[in-house]
Amino acid sequence: MSPTAVRPVRIIVAKVGLDGHDRGVKVVARALRDAGYEVIYTGLRQTPEMVVDAALQEDAQVIGLSIHSGAHMTLFPAVVQELKRRKATDIMVFGGGIIPDDDIAALKKQGVEQIFTPGTPLQEIVDWLRKRFPAEKT
Amino acid sequence: MKVRARDSKQAWREDFESSPVRGDGIETSTISGIPLKPLYTSDDLPARPEELPGQYPYTRGIHTSGYRGRLWTMRQFSGFATAEETNRRYKYLLANGQTGLSVAFDMPTLMGQDSDAPTSRGEIGHCGVAIDSLADMETLFNGIPLGAITTSMTINSPAAILLCMYIAVAEEQGVSASALGGTLQNDILKEFIAQKEFIFPPAPSMRLVVDSIEYCAKEVPKWNTISISGYHIREAGSTAAQELAFTLADGMAYVDACVERGMPIDDFAPRLSFFFDAHIDFFEEIAKFRAARRIWARWMRDRYGAQDERSWKLRFHTQTAGVSLTAQQPELNIARTAIEALAAVLGGTQSLHTNAMDEVLALPTDKSARIALRTQQLLAYESGVANTIDPLGGSYFIEALTDEMERQAEKYFKQIEDLGGVIPAIEASFFQKEIADSAFRYQSELEQRRRIMIGVNDFTVDEEVPIDILRIDPKLESEQVARVREVRRKRDQARCSNALTSLRKAAAGTDNLMPYILEAVRAYATEGEIMNTMIEVFGIYTERAVV
Repeated sequence: MSPTAVRPVRIIVAKVGLDGHDRGVKVVARALRDAGYEVIYTGLRQTPEMVVDAALQEDAQVIGLSIHSGAHMTLFPAVVQELKRRKATDIMVFGGGIIPDDDIAALKKQGVEQIFTPGTPLQEIVDWLRKRFPAEKT
Repeated sequence: MKVRARDSKQAWREDFESSPVRGDGIETSTISGIPLKPLYTSDDLPARPEELPGQYPYTRGIHTSGYRGRLWTMRQFSGFATAEETNRRYKYLLANGQTGLSVAFDMPTLMGQDSDAPTSRGEIGHCGVAIDSLADMETLFNGIPLGAITTSMTINSPAAILLCMYIAVAEEQGVSASALGGTLQNDILKEFIAQKEFIFPPAPSMRLVVDSIEYCAKEVPKWNTISISGYHIREAGSTAAQELAFTLADGMAYVDACVERGMPIDDFAPRLSFFFDAHIDFFEEIAKFRAARRIWARWMRDRYGAQDERSWKLRFHTQTAGVSLTAQQPELNIARTAIEALAAVLGGTQSLHTNAMDEVLALPTDKSARIALRTQQLLAYESGVANTIDPLGGSYFIEALTDEMERQAEKYFKQIEDLGGVIPAIEASFFQKEIADSAFRYQSELEQRRRIMIGVNDFTVDEEVPIDILRIDPKLESEQVARVREVRRKRDQARCSNALTSLRKAAAGTDNLMPYILEAVRAYATEGEIMNTMIEVFGIYTERAVV
């Protein structure tokens, strides 16, 4: 039995920054939950510190970030940096929102594993996660 | 033997049922899930007295002359980067034939915080213009005569502050508040329900809304004090019927709050305005707009006893649906927006914003903003649709769908009432849950290809040609931070701190806060300082996160 199969993979999904547009994050959270992951939604206006706190407290393996205000180039890397500072780089970060292609490349270089933009099928997000973290339960 | 003629409708039905149907599995209900018949006939027309434009219940429009009298206002929502850059864009839009301004503020401004607050980092000037104090507002409207144009300001929690800044800039231009025309969004209920840009808890938030309505009734009589918004509810994922019902329920909650303050209904109701989404399901949207007018007129007249006909008339602004746009093959967004704009016009909107094709990627460029405006001009001047008032009135289908919208809304009003009203329903996460469920249902339909988004789940192309998008210079952030600090350094400190002290005392009491906020604005107190002063008294709201 692989270690990830001991209990459901736990994912923190968070809205970072000031915008309150939570349609996308909620839809993705439900889809991940339906796919067998244990999903904890932090709610709105989380700072990078708050997100990392939540991930450590909940012993999460994955952080999913959502932003629609254009502040992704500041806030996504800040979460990765905070994980480094707290020596928790084993936690994987991915994100979604209104993010131009050029920025996606730059964010990946800065340690964000993947970015999903509007129009991405939910199944694609689930499949991508499954490759890294099978969502098996005990 | 005599052959009895088949009843023609019966014949059609039989013939239809034996005809082949498309087997593509695509939903034939509206995008909101209302089942549709393949054909509507005179059997679907309700028995009711003939409705006419300019006459109660205004289903066919609030103006006797429709667009024959006056076209809708073409009001493109715009704002980015600094006040100086946005001022340039406004002058560009006005020079291109736009007839009203509409200010988009950046996230820190919307959330009532200054550009130098730690959580403003990365957000300054991105989805709107950064306004920290009266000084920025002076720059924003520099050279634009506020007595000659109307301005809409999309701001909610700090709405009273931005309105005071506008009044103060007008004063400096020699324009009195009584001459100002425009709209303040000022709709906090839909923030709790959908867009989530709340700051104070519901009770003090409502107090501020009522304060501004009460103040404007006396001092800024031509101002639309609130724009009760379905747009954000719809964009958050609601159905058309939910958008209609929740928005009108919010409207009634504001009416209740003002009446409770002791204001006679006809003193404020004529200045209430509405704001709806125009989504891609063409006929459903037209029905929604028509139903909205009829419901509001009936409730205002019969339930609230308004006497002034202006109180019965639901006036509204429309924006085409941002959520209907796709990042894939973005040029198609021009076509989507044109269809949605046509629905708004056929629904009788008073003003309209058409989205630019690149808004799904970033803020619009000059070129895409111009195409969006030109789309409206095409409808107004080329297509001929403005020549006839409510041209779809009497359509079997439209009339039946209008009635269906009304029925669904009334059902929701009952549910909300049973929960104790809008605010208790917010606190019980009723709206939030309803909207999240609808959003998830729609997304699931897309996943199953029971609904099609061109370029997203069908008719896709492999190669996407990148389009030019507007980028915000990162230098802007430090410049705006420097600017607000300079304002704080240069102002009359005693006047400013006195104004804030008076505001704090007033907030703890029951006075109307508008005069206190206006004095603080004139003293160059920053938006963040004014908000923080009120937060000390009112506190901050946190919502229970529901998925």
